[in-house]
Amino acid sequence: MKKADAVPFVSARGISKSFAGIEVLRDVDLDLAKGEIHALLGENGAGKSTFAKILAGIHLPTRGTLSLDGRTIEVSSPVAAQKLGITLIHQEPISFPDLSVAENLVLGRSEDGWFSRVPWAEMTIEAQRSMDLLGVHIDVARPMRGLSIADQQMVEIARALASDSRLIIMDEPTAPLTPREVETLFGIARRLRDEGRTIVFISHRLEEVRALCDRVTIFRDGDKVATDTIGNLSDVDIIRLMIGRPLKEYIHKHSAEIGEVALEVQGLTLPGVFHDISFSVRRGEIVGLGGLVGAGRTDVARAIFGVVPATGGVVKVDGKAVHIDEPEEAIALGIALVPEDRAAAGIFRTLPVEQNITAAVPDRIAPTGVIRRAIERSLAQDSVAKLRIRLASLNQPIGELSGGNQQKAILARWLLVDPSILILDEPTRGIDIGVKAEFYDMIGELASQGKAILLISSEMPELLALCDRVLVMAEGRLTAEIARSEASQERIMSAAVPRVEAAA
Amino acid sequence: MSAAETTPQRIAGRGAAPQRSLWHVILVRPETMTLVLLVLAVILASQLSPFFLDISYILRSFTLSAEFAIVALVLTMVIIAGEIDLSPAANMALSTCLFAWAQASGVPMPIAIAIGLVAGLAMGALNAFMVIGLQLPSIIVTIGTLTLYRGLAQIIAGDKSIRMPEWFIGIDKVLVFGVPATVAIFVVVSLVLGLILAGTIFGRQIYQIGTNEVAARYAGIRTRRIKLILFLLMGLAAAIAGMLTASRLGSVRYDLGLGGELQMVLMAMLGGTYIFGGRGTILGTFLAAWLLVVVSTGMTVANLLPAIQLTVLGVLLIVAIIATNLIYSRAQR
Ligand SMILES: Nc1ncnc2c1ncn2[C@@H]1O[C@H](COP(=O)(O)OP(=O)(O)OP(=O)(O)O)[C@@H](O)[C@H]1O
Ligand SMILES: [Mg+2]
Repeated sequence: MKKADAVPFVSARGISKSFAGIEVLRDVDLDLAKGEIHALLGENGAGKSTFAKILAGIHLPTRGTLSLDGRTIEVSSPVAAQKLGITLIHQEPISFPDLSVAENLVLGRSEDGWFSRVPWAEMTIEAQRSMDLLGVHIDVARPMRGLSIADQQMVEIARALASDSRLIIMDEPTAPLTPREVETLFGIARRLRDEGRTIVFISHRLEEVRALCDRVTIFRDGDKVATDTIGNLSDVDIIRLMIGRPLKEYIHKHSAEIGEVALEVQGLTLPGVFHDISFSVRRGEIVGLGGLVGAGRTDVARAIFGVVPATGGVVKVDGKAVHIDEPEEAIALGIALVPEDRAAAGIFRTLPVEQNITAAVPDRIAPTGVIRRAIERSLAQDSVAKLRIRLASLNQPIGELSGGNQQKAILARWLLVDPSILILDEPTRGIDIGVKAEFYDMIGELASQGKAILLISSEMPELLALCDRVLVMAEGRLTAEIARSEASQERIMSAAVPRVEAAA
Repeated sequence: MSAAETTPQRIAGRGAAPQRSLWHVILVRPETMTLVLLVLAVILASQLSPFFLDISYILRSFTLSAEFAIVALVLTMVIIAGEIDLSPAANMALSTCLFAWAQASGVPMPIAIAIGLVAGLAMGALNAFMVIGLQLPSIIVTIGTLTLYRGLAQIIAGDKSIRMPEWFIGIDKVLVFGVPATVAIFVVVSLVLGLILAGTIFGRQIYQIGTNEVAARYAGIRTRRIKLILFLLMGLAAAIAGMLTASRLGSVRYDLGLGGELQMVLMAMLGGTYIFGGRGTILGTFLAAWLLVVVSTGMTVANLLPAIQLTVLGVLLIVAIIATNLIYSRAQR
């Protein structure tokens, strides 16, 4: 770990950025040394991604300069950034769904002319090698479409790592990953650092930042408020710097009355995806669903919600067997699903925030079929206030919000539905610490109102703190059901790791 | 609701500045481009011939494209929903040939009209079945049915033209408040569809489906039902447009409305409808229809060869697509 010497590797001076007259970054000065891992912290919408995108040539700063090795540089486009050896791993993986994983991996790296031959064989071998390096088991010949969000993220990471860059910016790379994959990623990041490369790491998980990073920079409302060595700052310091006030205490243990069984599945099966899944969720109960990425948790949620129905087994709502083939039927039965992949299944990117929030409650905003703007506005307004969504205007396209704020808007959409059964698939992905606490409170509150909640999460502390019971899945099967009193990180992990049969 | 207006500002916190100014909002709308082009076209055309300053001349010219323009309004909704329908002109021909043929073989007029309308709906339903049921891309499906419907029309009508009864002829000459009836229909349909698209849940969900169909489905929106309705509306509009054309021309041949899909797509595109779905307005298509009429009539007055006129239309289409794309992707960097 070298300290920043005379000439820092990258130095940003007075970087400011405005969108349509709204300043979202203000005079940011930041130095990055060679061979350091530097964390960016801050609330949702603080400007972390915007700063990262400026480094990577996606946004042009309104003011300010960047220099590399002491020379002023003009990062005018992502291609220019690539030439300078700067790579960004996006917060939202962007890929070409119809191309294969291998093609996505090498995309945009070709130095050859337009008409040169595409070396498919080498490409595939190289792609497989970089996936193996990450310890991910994905067939690189399959198309991107249908990959879980975590796998998409791993492909995105592999692409950046294969590019041989000197500055790698990772924007919330760990958000969709489980601890094991996070460890692999950290191992690689440390190795890259030791090779003298610089890594910028954005995350909302303090423990990750502590485990990995050398220095941190904290943003608040577009200002850089501090840069320091991680050891010099306590968690309390960091939170105070991030949100400007002490963290709101939250009650982990909710005291909801557990009632009748609201949702029950028996022997749910979708061949090749999940098998013989049986569990039930009672009113007022929060049931966790843990497991590794790819264990089939999201598929079970989708099956219950009617996105990709199961072929075998029974789903019962309030004791009655139901047949759900479409999400609209699930919603009519009082089921809501906050999907994991918000870019693909959640947001309407170019439509106003307001319309995104009210999308699932047409009957409330338009009782007669004609939209009542005043009702719509006030519903959206309440949600924005309740979840503290940071935006410039309710008419702003939701794609312009920061990642965490988009997630809050999607949560808001489903809370408006007022479901009796709420399935949350990684609901806090990308949400900052301050709001997370409030969100946990809110879930507890919903449970005490008698809602049945199924919480799919890769965050152990979340499962442990919130759930009355934790179910664990591995390779498409339920492997454990752990009561709250017995739940621990170790028990969940040991049930989550696939058992390797001795015979196999 | 003044309280309602101020709250987001407060929530946005100190990082937030005033909302973007009105002119900014107006200037980046593609309809603005259409309106500017329309004004330019009228000025240019009136240099060519003073007729263009006479509103009744423009109205009379409009009757030649009014049928296509009516269908283009529905097409706008289909494109916003993320699909396309290239078969309506052929649908016009086939449904109208069936209608004319029934009528000529002695079927009473109301029943003949019903036959034509049902035929139009059935053609829309066939498109819908292949796009929604079989999950085929609508561009390919409707290129197929465009050929199919036109071919069937030729089989039914042969090379002959089927004459319409005297009383049926000339709806374009009927004036409603001084406006030719077909133009009046176009204006009314524009108003109705414009209100539906902008003000109802049905319209809202069309935009949502076109923006992200997967997310729409997750949000419980009945994507398939809405698309079915749109394709059926398309078939109905085409059948009606076909009969209006028959009334204007006085006779029906298999080549009725030939090439009309180009004009319809052109109107939607010139009006700023985004070819990849999710954006566009009825107002845009409404303005674009007038723009197109002024341009084509202007070219005819200027004695341009039909081939050149077609070339100009082609160039316009491409320019329109590029311009809307640019406007929508005005990336804020
Ligand atoms: N293209 C854009 N147009 C308008 N505003 C934008 C745009 N991109 C970002 N913003 C605004 O800039 C602010 C900072 O966003 P940014 O994405 O940098 O936040 P962040 O710190 O990465 O947050 P998160 O933790 O939620 O990812 C937000 O208020 C956001 O709404
Ligand atoms: Mg971000």
